[in-house]
Amino acid sequence: MTTAHPPLPADAYGPDALIMKGVDGLNWRLKDYEARGGYRALRKVIAEKMTPDALIAEVKKSALRGRGGAGFPTGLKWSFMPREFPGQKYIVCNSDEGEPGTFKDRDILRYNPHSVIEGMVLAGYATGTTVGYNYIHGEIWDVYQRFEEAIEEARAAGYLGSNILGSGVAFELHAHHGWGAYICGEETALLESLEGKKGLPRFKPPFPASYGLYGKPTTINNTETFAAVPWIVANGAERYLELGRPNNGGTKIFSVSGHVERPGNYEVRLGTPFAKLLAMAGGVRAGRTLKAVIPGGSSMPVLPGEAMMRTDMDYDSIAKAGSMLGSGAVIVMDDSTCMVKALERLSYFYFEESCGQCTPCREGTGWLYRMVHRIETGHGRPEDLDVLVNVADNILGRTICALGDAAALPVKSFIAHFREEFAYHIEHKRCLVSIPGGYATVPGVPLGEAA
Amino acid sequence: MLSREALDKVDRALTKYPPDQKQSAVLAALVIAQEEKGHLSTEVMDFVAHYLGMPPVAVYEVATFYTMFDCTPAGANKLCVCTNLPCALRGSVAALEHLKQRLGVELNETTPDGKFTLREGECFGACGDAPVMLHNNKRMLSFMTPDRIDQLLAELSK
Ligand SMILES: Cc1cc2nc3c(=O)[nH]c(=O)nc-3n(C[C@H](O)[C@H](O)[C@H](O)COP(=O)(O)O)c2cc1C
Ligand code: SF4
Ligand code: FES
Repeated sequence: MTTAHPPLPADAYGPDALIMKGVDGLNWRLKDYEARGGYRALRKVIAEKMTPDALIAEVKKSALRGRGGAGFPTGLKWSFMPREFPGQKYIVCNSDEGEPGTFKDRDILRYNPHSVIEGMVLAGYATGTTVGYNYIHGEIWDVYQRFEEAIEEARAAGYLGSNILGSGVAFELHAHHGWGAYICGEETALLESLEGKKGLPRFKPPFPASYGLYGKPTTINNTETFAAVPWIVANGAERYLELGRPNNGGTKIFSVSGHVERPGNYEVRLGTPFAKLLAMAGGVRAGRTLKAVIPGGSSMPVLPGEAMMRTDMDYDSIAKAGSMLGSGAVIVMDDSTCMVKALERLSYFYFEESCGQCTPCREGTGWLYRMVHRIETGHGRPEDLDVLVNVADNILGRTICALGDAAALPVKSFIAHFREEFAYHIEHKRCLVSIPGGYATVPGVPLGEAA
Repeated sequence: MLSREALDKVDRALTKYPPDQKQSAVLAALVIAQEEKGHLSTEVMDFVAHYLGMPPVAVYEVATFYTMFDCTPAGANKLCVCTNLPCALRGSVAALEHLKQRLGVELNETTPDGKFTLREGECFGACGDAPVMLHNNKRMLSFMTPDRIDQLLAELSK
């Protein structure tokens, strides 16, 4: 939970936390991390002279999947890095956390930065890479500064540098910051940005493992993905896997936002029932009932509350329910929320953040926003819902990066699950939601006339 | 154009990248320049371009792509409110309305005394602290209820 000011209560992130275990918001320094068993994994790998292949095999066995959105198996990704490449290779950490609803990487970086550093050094060891960058969201400047301090600590203690712990292993790490562009969270846009350019996503293939930063082989993982690695290496892949579900190893930090009593970050075992996670966040706010949940960040399909209450929080269960785990951002909406207004805000976001490179995304996101806006403000036409779905279908799968899909999926899912609310807006020029104090146009007021 | 102190910071940023990739420091350099000059005039951007050995147009492109850069003067205090959905579910629209009313400006306007500029932002990655605001890009303000906004304005108006 992030809502309290440090020191956070014991078990603030939940009883099953691994990454955030024992973290109280103040004990972020190297000595604290070491006291919690930190850098034990790196010491072990060096002392045992573990081979890179063995390390990759261990990460594969853990079933750790990328925590940045796509859920790609991490060990497999690491194995794509060419072993015998003659030039410089890079490890890049994606801390450009900007997917609406996601705020876990900020907590990892400010409260447990050394877990990310250790994870990145281990990734460097596994892939034979000696330089890394952590690209940090520009909006969290104090976190960027703290991470720089943590790097200094690690360097002074011999965990970074040209001769780590006297072993001859080398890994140098630098912090880099963004400055306000959601698209830079997309991995190839991030690389462009790191090269000092506009963040325009690249065509894939080639993938970063063959053509990444400065055109060199590069592995990019999310902050939380790196932070999970030290525990796996120190305690064994088997144990990690067993904590979660087959194919869904370990724990995941869920950022719970919106209409709950205690918004915050909760680290739970993959496969935990949604109802349990919701209870950890204090439940839906007093007096209200659950209406809808976006379980994986704003780019993922919305699901009705009842469907979520039957779902477990792991990649495969959420996929079966019709959405995706994504970044683990759980946006909770109660019965005072107008789904048209909620979608209007999300569509505006994708319209604003489209980089404009591909026509379906550049034009399509504008269409989507303008049409949802028109419905929300009382100017919708009966044919609009079918046109909206049609526009969304024409974006899906036709763009350079996944931002196009991210704009289309919410539209399709909001209409699929809450069509009657959209239809009511169009027919009656009024909002169907009649509960004051929520996210809806003031009850009883015709649309477009509210303050 | 930039002070010695500012250039030292840029030089420090440059040490992070390969010697033939000075352009990687352009975001850092522009942030440092904006902080010293208040906004990024063409002269400042040209200076940064020259310093990093980049074509000026490449620097303009970067400065206009990233939303936290100001290429025209802003007020002494730039307040940016996140209004994306997770924050909007927890009162950020009301926070923005309160600010508009207290400052007497609309979005993207500056108060006549030049003290405040009001902006709207997209997710800062801090939705658990909603409503959240950024003060002059670098200071994150959490749980900004109307009374806390009033306290902030009193502090900044001194
Ligand atoms: C528009 C867009 C925004 C993204 N934003 C982020 C982000 O903020 N953080 C992140 O880790 N991944 C983000 N991703 C996913 C990355 O492209 C990439 O899949 C991820 O960093 C890989 O790391 P992982 O395998 O550890 O998840 C984004 C993708 C898209 C299409
Ligand atoms: S899909 Fe959108 S954001 Fe992605 S590259 Fe194309 S235009 Fe840019
Ligand atoms: S939505 Fe406002 S900080 Fe994320």
